[in-house]
Amino acid sequence: MRLVILDNYDLASEWAAKYICNRIIQFKPGQDRYFTLGLPTGSTPLGCYKKLIEYHKNGDLSFKYVKTFNMDEYVGLPRNHPESYHSYMWNNFFKHIDIDPNNAHILDGNAADLQAECDAFEKKIKDAGGIDLFVGGIGPDGHIAFNEPGSSLVSRTRLKTLAMDTILANAKYFDGDLSKVPTMALTVGVGTVMDAREVMILITGAHKAFALYKAIEEGVSHMWTVSAFQQHPRTIFVCDEDATLELRVKTVKYFKGLMHVHNKLVDPLFSMKEGI
Amino acid sequence: PRPTPRQPAAGLGRSVRREDLWVRGGRVVDPEKLFFDERRVADEQRDCGGRILAPGFIDVQINGGFGVDFSKATEDVGSGVALVARRLLSHGVTSFCPTLITSPPEIYHKVLPQIPVKSGGPHGAGVLAGVHLEGPFISREKRGAHPEAHLRSFEANAFHDVLATYGPLDNVRIVTLAPELGRSHEVIQALTARGICVSVGHSVADLQAAEQAVRSGASFITHLFNAMLPFHHRDPGIVGLLTSDQLPPGRCIFYGMIADGIHTNAAALRIAHRAHPQGLVLVTDAVPALGLGNGRHTLGQQEVEVDGLMAHVAGTKTLCGSIAPMDVCVRYFLQATGCSVETALEAASLHPAQLLGLDKHKGSLEFGADADFVVLDEALCVQATYISGELVWQAEDARP
Repeated sequence: MRLVILDNYDLASEWAAKYICNRIIQFKPGQDRYFTLGLPTGSTPLGCYKKLIEYHKNGDLSFKYVKTFNMDEYVGLPRNHPESYHSYMWNNFFKHIDIDPNNAHILDGNAADLQAECDAFEKKIKDAGGIDLFVGGIGPDGHIAFNEPGSSLVSRTRLKTLAMDTILANAKYFDGDLSKVPTMALTVGVGTVMDAREVMILITGAHKAFALYKAIEEGVSHMWTVSAFQQHPRTIFVCDEDATLELRVKTVKYFKGLMHVHNKLVDPLFSMKEGI
Repeated sequence: PRPTPRQPAAGLGRSVRREDLWVRGGRVVDPEKLFFDERRVADEQRDCGGRILAPGFIDVQINGGFGVDFSKATEDVGSGVALVARRLLSHGVTSFCPTLITSPPEIYHKVLPQIPVKSGGPHGAGVLAGVHLEGPFISREKRGAHPEAHLRSFEANAFHDVLATYGPLDNVRIVTLAPELGRSHEVIQALTARGICVSVGHSVADLQAAEQAVRSGASFITHLFNAMLPFHHRDPGIVGLLTSDQLPPGRCIFYGMIADGIHTNAAALRIAHRAHPQGLVLVTDAVPALGLGNGRHTLGQQEVEVDGLMAHVAGTKTLCGSIAPMDVCVRYFLQATGCSVETALEAASLHPAQLLGLDKHKGSLEFGADADFVVLDEALCVQATYISGELVWQAEDARP
């Protein structure tokens, strides 16, 4: 894996956004060649989305030939509820960029047949040629998307019941009222994300430090599902100082020493202006 | 119908927000629904350069303008109204209630049928809900510029006197009367039952009489402070309605204010605003001299003298209406009270819409509202006016 450590949240967000930007531009997307991007929600990627929007508004990055697939969505929450992931993606990303609405895929948590909805989502990914870069986050309990502790490491898109840790973590978005937090969600599986050609995990904040430790310094375990990516050929973990608090000094020093190599991935920062 | 967003923009809902405004079929639409349900993007985009988009202004008291006098029975009242409607667009007004001051019955019978309710558009601001009849059932003592000879009472036959005076009420939306006149309660109830908004004004009513009028159905006060008893600490009179605890629960009393720097002292404007901010409705009470220049002009049955922003009954010191355009009033109100931009804008749009019960489609830019809006620069000067999503006026220097 690559472990990219930045000093703070803003720098980590910017590094991740630059990486995504460069990957899209270097891919040279076009009419018959869409770049497929897997996307997360939550507070961690907000800074990254803001930077991507900035690059778009400056004319450096277009999402015209990008297809996106979100990781998850709550079940039973109205689509226009302010806490639905549809609302999150609209307000924090889609409304600010030029993506074609037909290419922005999010699971429908109100579908009549939830498993059929999940199967259809897997098919859409397949029809799009698979995911080029899947961006994700990590839960305090080490989960990726809503693959809670105990989820199969080869799981596919399906309905999951949320763990108490997750419900507690989400309560802040529902006025702190546990009874208002959805208890079920549709989520891509660990296997689904593992199929992506490249995976980037964003981890910031001290509250995620223990999960990061479990994910990269301990073994592969279905109790810490992000650990599955130890077996993926191309994974990048982008984090801030605080997220490394539970790691060994040796691990942190080693990867910090590699920053000059990592930074070549984002510097120079490409722009679509040059090509067109 | 095609969606047309403007970006960047602000002014949706109850606070100024950095958003785009999406319009389709003359109404404000929800772009999130368009994106996920219909998978549509915009057909057309107009960059408003980061300016404020606010609901179009609504003027519920305007006696004429640009030389036109609504109280004058010309052969073609309609074209006079149309002229004013078109010229008002440059003031940011998208809807208005043509106002007639105290006049003899012949005038009402001739003029009213010629001012129908009409939607706005490129031809001009809409006659939103009908005409405002200010008088003749008002106080002699507080008639202001209204001609004494044509004042009337409805003591004899109450509502029948009203009908006899005005003729059919189809095009009438607001009536200003003095509640101390005998049998006013019957009249107020009858008018309210017909969906007509009753306003108290040009009156020497004490607070109790005013409260009784509100309980009978009155919901507006015509140009607060002007043409009524001054506030007194043992009997606040009509002014006391702003903080009265004797009003029907849940009812908001609205009050018109002429914020031109002349009709109301800034300190008085602030007192009213602080006492009851949700009820404040900016009105121009503009006279035909609005938009003309200095000199002598006609108002109703009398002559007026214009000098700068002041208009007096010729030969006297009696003010007879303002000639400050609505956008000037909004800016003056903002500066005099130090209120937020949203508050100043709502006083000229949301509140008059609420007064007339039209706030579902007018006076705001919520999803589903009619797309009547103005583009304002930082100083709140009108750069462009839109009605039903169509550009109907643009400032000279804003034109390409």
